[in-house]
Amino acid sequence: MSEEIITSDPAANRLEAQTDEGRQVLRPGKHELVLTGGLWPDESETTIINMGPQHPSTHGVLRVMLELDGETVLRVKPVIGYLHTGMEKTAEELTYVQGATNVTRMDYVSPLSNELVWSTAVERLLDVEVPTRAVWIRMLLVELNRIASHLLFQATNGMDIGALSMMIYGWREREQVLRLLEMFTGLRMNNNFIRPGGVAADLPDGWEAATLEVCELVERGVREYSELLTQNPIWMERLIGVGVITTEQALALSITGPILRSTGFPWDLRKAQPYLAYDEVDFDIVYTQNGDCYDRFLIRLNEIHESVKIVRQCVERMPLGDYRVQDAKITPPPRARIDESMEALIHHFKLFTEGFKVPAGETYCAVESPRGEIGCYLVSDGTGKPARMHIRGPSFYNLQSAGPMAEGSLIADTVAIISSVDPILGEVDR
Amino acid sequence: MPDDPMPDDPMPDDDATLDEVPAPSDEVAAAVLARFPGSVFHDSHGQPVMYVDRASWHDVAAFLRDDQRFTQCMDVTVVDHSHDATRLQVAGVGPERFEVVANFLSHPRNRRIRVISEVPESDTTVASITDLYPGMNFAEREAYDLMGVTFEGHPDLTRILLPDDWEGHPLRKDDFPARVPVTFKEDPGPR
Repeated sequence: MSEEIITSDPAANRLEAQTDEGRQVLRPGKHELVLTGGLWPDESETTIINMGPQHPSTHGVLRVMLELDGETVLRVKPVIGYLHTGMEKTAEELTYVQGATNVTRMDYVSPLSNELVWSTAVERLLDVEVPTRAVWIRMLLVELNRIASHLLFQATNGMDIGALSMMIYGWREREQVLRLLEMFTGLRMNNNFIRPGGVAADLPDGWEAATLEVCELVERGVREYSELLTQNPIWMERLIGVGVITTEQALALSITGPILRSTGFPWDLRKAQPYLAYDEVDFDIVYTQNGDCYDRFLIRLNEIHESVKIVRQCVERMPLGDYRVQDAKITPPPRARIDESMEALIHHFKLFTEGFKVPAGETYCAVESPRGEIGCYLVSDGTGKPARMHIRGPSFYNLQSAGPMAEGSLIADTVAIISSVDPILGEVDR
Repeated sequence: MPDDPMPDDPMPDDDATLDEVPAPSDEVAAAVLARFPGSVFHDSHGQPVMYVDRASWHDVAAFLRDDQRFTQCMDVTVVDHSHDATRLQVAGVGPERFEVVANFLSHPRNRRIRVISEVPESDTTVASITDLYPGMNFAEREAYDLMGVTFEGHPDLTRILLPDDWEGHPLRKDDFPARVPVTFKEDPGPR
């Protein structure tokens, strides 16, 4: 950096010095914001350290480069790619039937959201309407998954900040939800249950009682967490006012989900652009005004209650009917038919080897995952495999908020901030 | 039989259908079309899509943000169409190998629009929109990393998912990242 910036009053040159390293001016009009905060340091006084990729608070393999002046963080640069497995390339080699197995491994904490957005995109290209029961089953599963994901956040967030008992409590309740999902889908995670055309199977016998039982367990658990943490002076001291982000910054950085809602911007795709049957159920958007780590904790805690509300309504109002579309082009024949009909056997075989063909076209579908807007941009070239599949992972974009949140704070707060972003690296790196 | 105009008949009809530009059913698309006359509107399964000239890529984004109140750009990605079996034909769009795709979302108007621009293989550069939508920083780096499309004006256009010394851009259809030479114990050689 040029010398006059270092020698002259740093506060006066703040804007200039920051824009120096790239055009980072946001949003038009009245107020300009600059994303790389903090005063420009004298280079000899700063230290650059790596946090991660093996740091326990980095949720997997996130590496964060921190430029420090003493203990103050001046700049934050997330370095990602340690978990990159080329899933978008893999998707081009898999049929549309197999595609769900691929996307479900991206955001492994809320796999059903990934499957949902993938299936919605395929169905949009096929112009297929999913039966009502399938829609409600999907909604039930996705909300259960949102509960599981937010419970995991409570566990890991508590662990990162030092409330170690929270880890045990959060995992305890989450395991109950995962057991329920296992009862429905056969697997705890990576369910591969929501598929183009509907869901893989109907709900098992006794699902209502099991679901309601888990709902109660979860609600009791969330009440416990709330008693333990919400008014806890240590917890509040640790989180309130830490990692503040404004609505303008969040919008400019394409941040969605709980982080955007914590800045006082009540945007939830389930309300704004309803998909599935979200316009038929009663729930509220949880949002707060301060945009700090405490608000993000509070939002995720209360969203569990809203999801439980939706789950209960699903149990009450689950419609009867097919759980998948009765279109023989997409749906395999019933198991019983395969034993008695040669055609059914051939059909089944063809569907799972070659898959079905999707007319040429392109579409972008978005749903609200527990982390924000997950989108699927799907391009078909008329064959049985997609020409291009791109997932807009919410964590990928949300991770960029770590910069403006953490700059100017202490190293210890960086851990709380990264934790409150709740990134899932499987989705970031794909 | 009177003079038979049959051979001539289909021609005017065909011309009429070719020349007929479907009026955008979407108000944002109509505004973009009025401002950028060369662009083409396409209704993709109910979603408004604008095909714009590559040179006006940045201007369209600025127009959407400043005039049309598109508060967020959700996503920038690139598609390689070189190996498509059949490709979606949009009248008025000259297909090129790459397409750069951006999805915009307007919160105050609660609507979306997708902007697509054709990028030829010979010159894979597009203007960066990170100055308008800073959140596209990661997205453009990813598109550069995996597809090899350069975003001019990006503050830090480096590889993001792959190692810095990686060669090639694996999402291109003619790049084979998974091809690892495997030698078997008794390799029969190429057949």
